[in-house]
Amino acid sequence: MDALEIARWQFGITTVYHFMMVPLTIGLGLVVAVIQTAWYRTGKPEYLRMTKFWGKLFLINFIMGVATGIVQEFQFGMAWSEYSRFVGDVFGAPLALEALLAFFVESTFLGLWIFGWKQLKPAIHLACLWVAVVGSALSAYFIIVANSWMQHPVGVEMINGRPVMTDAWAVFTNNTALVAVPHTLFGALAVAGGFLLGIAWYHLWRRRHDGVDTVGADGRIIPGEDASISGRDRADYKVWIRSLRIGAVVAMISFAGTAVTGDLQGKLMFQQQPMKMAAAEAACHDGTGFSVLSVGNVGSKNCDDVVAVIEVPGILSFLAKGDFTTEVKGVNSLLPEYKEKYGTTLPDNPIYGDRAGQEIQYVPVMEVTYWGFRMMIGFGGLAALAALVALWITRKGTVPESRWLMRLAVFGILAPFGANAAGWIFTEMGRQPFVVAPNPDPSGIDQVFMFTAAAVSPGVSAGELIASLVALTAVYAVLLVVEVKLLVKYIRGGVVSAMPELGHAPVDENEDETPGPGGPKPADDVLAFAY
Amino acid sequence: MELLPTIWFIAIAVLWTGYLFLEGFDLGVGMLMKLFARNNTERRVLLNTIGPVWDGNEVWLLTAGGATFAAFPLWYASLFSALYLPLLVVLLALIFRAVAFEYRGKVDTDSWRNRWDWAIALGSFFAAFGVGAALALTTTGLPLNANGDREGGPMAWFSGYALLGGAAVVGFSLVHALAFLALKTDGDVRHRARQWFVRLLPVLLLPIAAWALAIQFMDGKPWTWAAVVLAVAAAITAWLLARKGAEGRAFLALGGFLVLGTASIFGAVFPVVLPSTLDSAFDLTVSNASSSDYTLGLMSIVAAFGLPLVIAYQAWTYWVFRRRVSTAHIPEAHSFLPAVAARAFTTKG
Ligand code: HDD
Ligand code: HEM
Ligand code: HEM
Repeated sequence: MDALEIARWQFGITTVYHFMMVPLTIGLGLVVAVIQTAWYRTGKPEYLRMTKFWGKLFLINFIMGVATGIVQEFQFGMAWSEYSRFVGDVFGAPLALEALLAFFVESTFLGLWIFGWKQLKPAIHLACLWVAVVGSALSAYFIIVANSWMQHPVGVEMINGRPVMTDAWAVFTNNTALVAVPHTLFGALAVAGGFLLGIAWYHLWRRRHDGVDTVGADGRIIPGEDASISGRDRADYKVWIRSLRIGAVVAMISFAGTAVTGDLQGKLMFQQQPMKMAAAEAACHDGTGFSVLSVGNVGSKNCDDVVAVIEVPGILSFLAKGDFTTEVKGVNSLLPEYKEKYGTTLPDNPIYGDRAGQEIQYVPVMEVTYWGFRMMIGFGGLAALAALVALWITRKGTVPESRWLMRLAVFGILAPFGANAAGWIFTEMGRQPFVVAPNPDPSGIDQVFMFTAAAVSPGVSAGELIASLVALTAVYAVLLVVEVKLLVKYIRGGVVSAMPELGHAPVDENEDETPGPGGPKPADDVLAFAY
Repeated sequence: MELLPTIWFIAIAVLWTGYLFLEGFDLGVGMLMKLFARNNTERRVLLNTIGPVWDGNEVWLLTAGGATFAAFPLWYASLFSALYLPLLVVLLALIFRAVAFEYRGKVDTDSWRNRWDWAIALGSFFAAFGVGAALALTTTGLPLNANGDREGGPMAWFSGYALLGGAAVVGFSLVHALAFLALKTDGDVRHRARQWFVRLLPVLLLPIAAWALAIQFMDGKPWTWAAVVLAVAAAITAWLLARKGAEGRAFLALGGFLVLGTASIFGAVFPVVLPSTLDSAFDLTVSNASSSDYTLGLMSIVAAFGLPLVIAYQAWTYWVFRRRVSTAHIPEAHSFLPAVAARAFTTKG
């Protein structure tokens, strides 16, 4: 492997990993804010418990998002210096604004929320969480503006071989971003929905399994209580059934949201990156049908290897254009167009290293784009369907005793994560061989593009990249194990793990510390002592 | 001299100064977890002084980096790629440190806490050292070719200046953290922090003073020489104030030292942002490394309203959590009977 390939693997691995934490942060943050608002308005204890429990899990995950995000910010300069030089004038701005306008808000107000339970008035404390949630959404907006510019460069003029921003409005209202932002936010909510659903199911199942809750002759739940276990009271039942319901509804709504916005994205993709569209379909020839199953080697560059076994006529046209008859161009008719516009071989420029003069592969890796696209939609749809079924099954107030169903619900948490990862992998790899994709759409600016092969840092050796790839991957793997272990521990602990005051807190007998000046203060007078 | 690039050079100097001022003490507190705190309760006192604010402080680093990318893409690209390995170390250090803050209290055993305490202490040390090395090298230069890329292999950046800059930021962070602890804690921790501050300040500020002086001998201008002299005066003032027990004013005086010190360094190197040690014709300067006036203008407008806002709400956070923390405030570690015993997935029946 040469430096370029290692850098690509590193970027892909670290970003996909970052995007495991991100959607849970965005989605769960919003859900917790809504629940805390419900508590603020009704004062019902189960809402407080839900806020504390889900808030705890939110924080365990949030910190990993922070830790892995820093890598992303630095990586552009470290591994992709030539890219940074090329796009800096236009791409740096949204990144800097994200830090200035979103990350500061997010981190500062979340700190206030975590530590301010006792310090701040309830309304202000709640407002802090809302501000942090808005900060997360803003950060998603800015980073996707940056990413969308790579998919669809707008608002620039080429001066001395570099794109120079001339129209910030165009950059910040790039139509690609305006649909990708809601799509990603809905995707994040889908993750949160599945998370609530799966974990609440587990606890309801556990209560039945332990004989705490029983079911009457009519199949209705009779909530019970187990005084020997911390927090296993009647209010606890309400916590889980409400969480389950909220999770299921959120999962269904957000899938509908991704479908509507995803449809809009498809239409833009058809105009802006027709090759990506063709690759998503593994479509060699022009056509109107959406492939449900294509067999043969979809990764093959030889189109005779791919046979569409099941195809729904018209759907591809609908995805691309909104009617059922438009012929969507396949790889065979697109290739000559790309070659004519952007060349057949990489220019003889030292920037390309050994690759200079090689033939350009305009067709992305079709196994990835084809299956990525289908996994995104498939996992998302499965999760939404499961949520609907879950609502039906739990209509009488609890879950069945089946252990297998419980396991399914818990492992189902992974499906929306998978959909998100698949979506990004499809988007990013479908853009290859460009890191900044050119704009064939006549309304856009053509000839602003960059090949990925030119983007990597020329001064950085393959050895350095290997070192960082290995180090980051190893550290990420270890931390993933730790994070999941902690999440599992706190999930198993139930609400009491986030609210020890519900349990049998040990009496503090050894008051051996000398009180500070002014006499001892109540313990929670200073901070909420999260650490 | 072009106006907007100059403004952005100043803005980036301000961001770095803000970073060193704010994260300086929380990096220092992190290192002191292993050097200063005597037992778990004291460690938790230390942690809770920075708990609500450290993440907000770290964003100053991200903003400094992001602003460099947006305002001086060539500076960002050359500096970050040339310092690939040291920045990797900074990244790993920051990852461990961040995770450790959150996870340390989540399992109630000594070995768990001890492991994360090391992560905090070492993470803070390497982050401070690496950032210091990077900042020193951007003022003293790197072996860059005409394209701005590093010549000479992965370790070509290594020099005495890297060590000096690393020591400078580590030393400053420790002193700053002691001043901060004297201000934010009570009881024994407070008194010991003040004692340590008075004893260690003269030694720990030497490397940063040496860096500032070295730069003056290379590129000093009359006003930057004056700034160095004032900075030294501020450090002496901080020392005298701390001896008298005026903790708040000592902390401010040390802040004054930092501001004057960084001003003297950035002021001296201006208008060069990253010298090339191979050929001064390859130096990156405020004018040849910057973005277009259009981009800089846009950023100026946003920053003019965004940065004061950030400072306002961060100041408010410090106000909300202004009370001193002491060992008497620290509650027992959580212990409870979990709702569900382990192994729910494997046990039958
Ligand atoms: C759709 C949303 C989204 C996407 C595509 C990305 N991120 Fe992210 N990022 C977030 C949404 C987010 C977030 C939800 O806002 C996080 C998660 C935890 C947090 O603090 O903010 C975050 C954290 C986060 C942080 C740490 C912030 C802090 O310390 O508070 C940095 C530096 C980045 N990200 C940078 C990036 C970069 C350079 C990306 C592109 C490759 C990227 N993120 C993709
Ligand atoms: C602003 C946001 C983003 C930017 C600027 C960005 C930029 C890049 C860059 C520079 C590369 C390396 C060149 C390449 O190999 O294509 C890349 C590759 C990649 N990115 Fe993104 N990306 C962003 C968001 C994401 C997200 C959120 C994900 C998924 C979680 C993602 C997934 C990938 C993957 C999988 C690759 C590897 C593709 C390949 O090597 O073929 N990206 N992206
Ligand atoms: C019917 C349902 C869906 C359709 C039609 C759809 C369509 C699309 C399209 C066309 C893109 C590529 C945009 C581009 O590259 O220009 C995309 C990207 C993406 N999708 Fe979906 N999608 C659907 C469901 C989902 C679901 C359920 C999730 C997650 C839970 C999801 C998450 C993503 C993500 C994270 C990306 C990459 C980021 C982006 O470009 O917004 N999608 N989707």
